[in-house]
Amino acid sequence: MNGTVEVALRLLIVFAVFLTFPLIVGQTEHKVMAHMQGRLGPMYAGGFHGWAQLIADGVKFAQKEDVVPADADRRVFRLAPAVSLLPYLLVLLAIPLGPGEGAVGQVLDAGLFFVLAVMGVGVLGSLMAGWASANKFSLLGGLRTAAQLLAYELPMLLAAASVAMAAGTVSLPGIVESFQWWWLPWQLVGAVVFFVAGLAELQRPPFDMPVADSEIVFGAYTEYTGLRFALFLLAEYAGIVVLCGLTTVLFLGGWHGPWGADGLGWLWTLLKTAVLAFVVIWLRVTYPRLREDQLQKLSWTVLVPLALAQIALTGIVKVVIS
Amino acid sequence: MHETVRGSTVVVAADYFQSYAVVGLLAAVGVLFVAAAFGAGRLLRPVVPTPEKLMTYECGVDPVGEGWAHTQVRYYVYAFLYVIFAVDSIFLFPWATVFAAPGYGATTLVEMFVFLGFLAVGLLYAYKKGVLAWT
Repeated sequence: MNGTVEVALRLLIVFAVFLTFPLIVGQTEHKVMAHMQGRLGPMYAGGFHGWAQLIADGVKFAQKEDVVPADADRRVFRLAPAVSLLPYLLVLLAIPLGPGEGAVGQVLDAGLFFVLAVMGVGVLGSLMAGWASANKFSLLGGLRTAAQLLAYELPMLLAAASVAMAAGTVSLPGIVESFQWWWLPWQLVGAVVFFVAGLAELQRPPFDMPVADSEIVFGAYTEYTGLRFALFLLAEYAGIVVLCGLTTVLFLGGWHGPWGADGLGWLWTLLKTAVLAFVVIWLRVTYPRLREDQLQKLSWTVLVPLALAQIALTGIVKVVIS
Repeated sequence: MHETVRGSTVVVAADYFQSYAVVGLLAAVGVLFVAAAFGAGRLLRPVVPTPEKLMTYECGVDPVGEGWAHTQVRYYVYAFLYVIFAVDSIFLFPWATVFAAPGYGATTLVEMFVFLGFLAVGLLYAYKKGVLAWT
């Protein structure tokens, strides 16, 4: 009975994190973008610093009419937001916050493998949305999404494999446990490749070609309104949380900090994740959108060779020191 | 529970299934959440459909022709490349956990370079063929 309560508690906490963290990132994005680009809109709602903007957005989404175009493939159209959102919930379960079994939703032996496999499913939602909308631009957007996944999944896998080699395990807590500070320079290339590839998979700027408004309106999400659109947005921000959390766990040492991991380990994980999330927002306001061919070229001619080089480096160093 | 048999740890199958049962439970929670959100949304939002509203939006102008138009999918070569490379790189993960174990060392390192060599030659071939450039 005790075990049942514990599992229920774990699930509840993971679910609460899933509902709050993406919103925190969203709110931060409002404010950071407002400051960086001198935007007045996000600073208005509620008076002080526009604190109520997120609530206003939520109310707006909830009371909007849910329009499914008459020509659309109804069932697939309505299911797509759920398919794109839920994988990130599952991934959160496997990301460790601190040392020990108490600070992770569930220890999975093949955690790294599980996480990479499940993250790939999210893109299916965009593809379903693009196809089911019966809209030429949505279809193009969906195909671009798929092409982007194809291009960037590979460097991401290779960079993650490099960490698995360094740690000698594919369990996420196991990887953080064997982390040493000199892994930072050793795995630096892999970390950059992983983070950039993750950004591209999330379709965040500068890799937001699939939703390029000047070319294909809003890509796969053009026909969506109200709650279903909100779920797509939530999926994007949950994706940011997951990507930053994973980068922290794999490459930045998770709960390890300069003054040891005693007690405050989870704080280090959260801090590193938050800094990375800030970088994601920062990149959005800084860089212009890549063209579709530049995007493919970057992956195949830069990131994949870099990731292969990182694997070679990891292999040599690991064999030499062991 | 991990049991030690002749010096190596063996993970009991029941534990393995238990940890993934929690994953299944969380998936159920997620499905419930989406269902509840859609249900609540149905109660909150207005429903006033008109033929104009139900028309495909596209770019704001009335759509011409069918939505599922013929498009040239230029990415299919990338799809081939991806399948080949991704299937290859999956094999890296089980290998990564043992390659530095005592008794392997230099042998597996050579193997790794053979493996990377194959991938690199494949990529170089695709590059030479002009597949990676946009036409």
